[in-house]
Amino acid sequence: MSMKEVASWALNVCHARGVQFADCRIVDERQRGLATKNGKVGHAADSQSLGIGIRVLADGAWGFAATEDLARQGVELTAGQAVEIARASARVKQHDVRLAPEKAYTDDWTSPYQIDPFSISVEQNLDLLMKIDAELRAVQGITLAETNMNFRRYEQWYYSSDGADIHQVKYTTGAGYAAFAFAGAEIHKRSYPTSFGGQWQDRGYELIHELKLLENARRIAEECVALHRADQCPEGKFDIILDSSQLGLQIHESIGHPIELDRVLGMEANFAGTSFLTLEKLRKLKYGSELVNVVADARPEHGPGLGTFKYDDEGVPAQCTPIISHGLFTGYLTSRETAATVGLERSGGTVRGEGWNRLPMIRMTNVSILPGENKLSPEELIASTDHGIFFQTNRSWSIDDKRYNFQFGTEIGWEIKGGKLGRMLKNPSYSGITTEFWNSMDAICSREHWTLWGTPNCGKGQPQQVMGTGHGASPARFRGVKVGTAYKGN
Amino acid sequence: MLTKDKAQGTFDRVKKFSTADEIELLISGGRNALTRFANNTIHQNVAEENYVLSVRSVFEGRTARATTNRFDDESVRRCVLASEDLARVQAQDPDLLPVAGPEALSEGPAVGRAFVETAGITPADRAEGVAKIVQVAKRENLTTAGIYATSVSVEAVLNSRGLCAYHTQTSAEISVTMLAPDSSGWQKANSPDVRNLNPVALAEIAARKARESAAPQEQAPGRYTAILEPAAVLDLCGFMFWDWGGQAILDERSFLNNRIATQLFGNNVTIFDDVYHALQSGAPFDGEGVRRQRVELVEHGVPKRLVYARGTAERMRKSEHTAKVGPVEVTGHGLPLPNEIGEIPLNIVFAPPPEPKTVEQMVANTERGVLITRLWYIREVDPYEKILTGMTRDGTFYVEGGKVRHGIRNFRFNQSLIDMLKNVEEMGHPVRASGEESFDMVVPAMKVKGFNFTEVTKF
Repeated sequence: MSMKEVASWALNVCHARGVQFADCRIVDERQRGLATKNGKVGHAADSQSLGIGIRVLADGAWGFAATEDLARQGVELTAGQAVEIARASARVKQHDVRLAPEKAYTDDWTSPYQIDPFSISVEQNLDLLMKIDAELRAVQGITLAETNMNFRRYEQWYYSSDGADIHQVKYTTGAGYAAFAFAGAEIHKRSYPTSFGGQWQDRGYELIHELKLLENARRIAEECVALHRADQCPEGKFDIILDSSQLGLQIHESIGHPIELDRVLGMEANFAGTSFLTLEKLRKLKYGSELVNVVADARPEHGPGLGTFKYDDEGVPAQCTPIISHGLFTGYLTSRETAATVGLERSGGTVRGEGWNRLPMIRMTNVSILPGENKLSPEELIASTDHGIFFQTNRSWSIDDKRYNFQFGTEIGWEIKGGKLGRMLKNPSYSGITTEFWNSMDAICSREHWTLWGTPNCGKGQPQQVMGTGHGASPARFRGVKVGTAYKGN
Repeated sequence: MLTKDKAQGTFDRVKKFSTADEIELLISGGRNALTRFANNTIHQNVAEENYVLSVRSVFEGRTARATTNRFDDESVRRCVLASEDLARVQAQDPDLLPVAGPEALSEGPAVGRAFVETAGITPADRAEGVAKIVQVAKRENLTTAGIYATSVSVEAVLNSRGLCAYHTQTSAEISVTMLAPDSSGWQKANSPDVRNLNPVALAEIAARKARESAAPQEQAPGRYTAILEPAAVLDLCGFMFWDWGGQAILDERSFLNNRIATQLFGNNVTIFDDVYHALQSGAPFDGEGVRRQRVELVEHGVPKRLVYARGTAERMRKSEHTAKVGPVEVTGHGLPLPNEIGEIPLNIVFAPPPEPKTVEQMVANTERGVLITRLWYIREVDPYEKILTGMTRDGTFYVEGGKVRHGIRNFRFNQSLIDMLKNVEEMGHPVRASGEESFDMVVPAMKVKGFNFTEVTKF
């Protein structure tokens, strides 16, 4: 049986029961996770999951049901359940759901990759991880070393009652490591290439080759141990420079989430929260300084980010939406439903579900800050800073439920004095109010220092869905930022 | 529902395909449904049925796991083969134990947590519950958002030494947010038995909090006496139990390293892990099928015991830490192998104080303080001093002269959890509480002196 036939069983039931719209996604997902800890295999695991999720719009309300049973009876029963659920939803509504129009596409797309990560032997992968582990633990003072490598193949068939027929395959690769040093009353940690399990992209094994994992292990371990001798990050207002991975997370939390139109419209109020970016602020709010240009770009030409695809999970083609243009707030992340609600002609194509058994919803794609147009290296940026602090690699992150007040901590900091990197600082943190912070940005490094980071662990929705998002960034400077609050009084 | 017989039948098929020295099968899954509402409308409404089988193969000190949600013979065969292929290529680990024998699942108290009333809830029933919540919102000129979820789940562990552990249970959960133009209120409850949940009562409390916190005033950050409702207590305390396993000590990533048997918290703090407690939930066995024990984690402020998976207990006995960690015994808190974490106590129960106080009594006894409904986006700032940051949310009030005076703008805090549990002045009677940052617990409301609020946000 073909996946198209399986989908037709579902769509036929929906049609027979008089729904206004239905779509279904069949997903076949394969994952491999390998990890080591202190010279041993931490875990080695493969997993596969296959099933169908059916979404229907009936009586002006949504229903969704999913099953792993792809036999005809199971699929038809599940489609009937989705219709029953939609009709139950319709008992508590204020108005009928409307969808922004979208053409029904037929297409087949695979994310570009050079080396199928599943073709590399487990022995080879574990050998690399063990070598990194040994390098980390060769540094005296390292008390815990953890490494990881993860691969995913995500194959999806999308069909709709409008006639969409889209097949997409995505490969994801991620790898990284962390060293810990416990001594006295302090535990310090250094991660590479960044925290959250390292770097993740929608690519093949070639990413592993490019990350220079082993080459950086000794330095990372030495920095971790050295943090025990470092001075405490001072408190006060400073000019700060964020490395590109920390800036990526700053974008994620203080731009990516507040621009989700479902949040703005109150649909996430019970859990993830709402947003300060209410509708009247569009094209009026000065979100950042003139140098702040941010896009939400799911198109493959943006790069192999975790938010890259050719069509979203409503069958809408990937797009590039200007979010902040020369500091002005210019766009939201939208779905077919939310676009119609606010009177847009078309969805921005940002809807994704974690798997076959989750309802697709608005998710960040690749929300990236564009690099500076004038050539500027991190070294030149530091050289032009008289007195400041350089923050590297996220350690803690928190922001309020409207996305105004944030606080971030990083694993390591460096004092900048007279245009030069000086002493190492431990426990660095900074905090602020979103728009004040972005308006204080006065320099950003150019394209050659821009990295498209992957955030594999973005949580949203009930039941909670974990999604990968992409964030391109290059190091940038912010003036007069509050530093050190995290340890104030502790 | 996947019955015990079907689980056994699946294991028989797994064995047929296995060439490993030993094999273990985990089965989990069930039926989940969740009705989600916002703007006084059901806007998302989902249901799923899914089961996974997860095979762990063992060859002389080597082990790995493969998982699938396909139960046909060919998929099971491929899953077994995948776990064997992953296991075979590893270096031998001399510390890896054989799979647990059936004696590990010794007799223990029964836990009856499957209720037909919960299993029988339909989409229409959930819609009716939501409609009642919306009625409260409309009556109060508020907007409501939340969830009403029900599930039937199964967990089973079977292995080639004859262990067979099986648990099924139901769960029901309602969470309600009420939104006013410049304020909000929130309540949440969870129980295996849907009859313990009252959507209208939750909606009324959330509505009252939204109403009473309207026109919030800005209060300067600083140290205040904080009255934390149970959900706020659990969301903070949840961050420390990840450090309570023996493996965390061995890895030297726990804030309890060098602190077991010291007076770390106040004398009034006693904490158990007890899956058998009437207000608790979950299976009475761990990820290897070992029966869970009731463990006294903290006695009068002194961390007394850790929890242990089988392998961790063996490693601890041979380690340099063993003399400093109290009794070392297998407690049935292990996660499915292989894993890096080891074990976690997930059934936390705080002991009731000799003289429990209601939140109202705590307010009446407070000259100047902050009453907190709920916390949000809590993250660890410092792993050893256990400094946590986060925000208040959905009902934060200024207390003065023994009375709740008005709503205030939400605070950011940077608070050491250790210091917080040193500074508990009053406690309520422990209740089953649900939050968003941690697992459900049986916790009291707490009045804490000197809570460290460092910043204030704009709402």
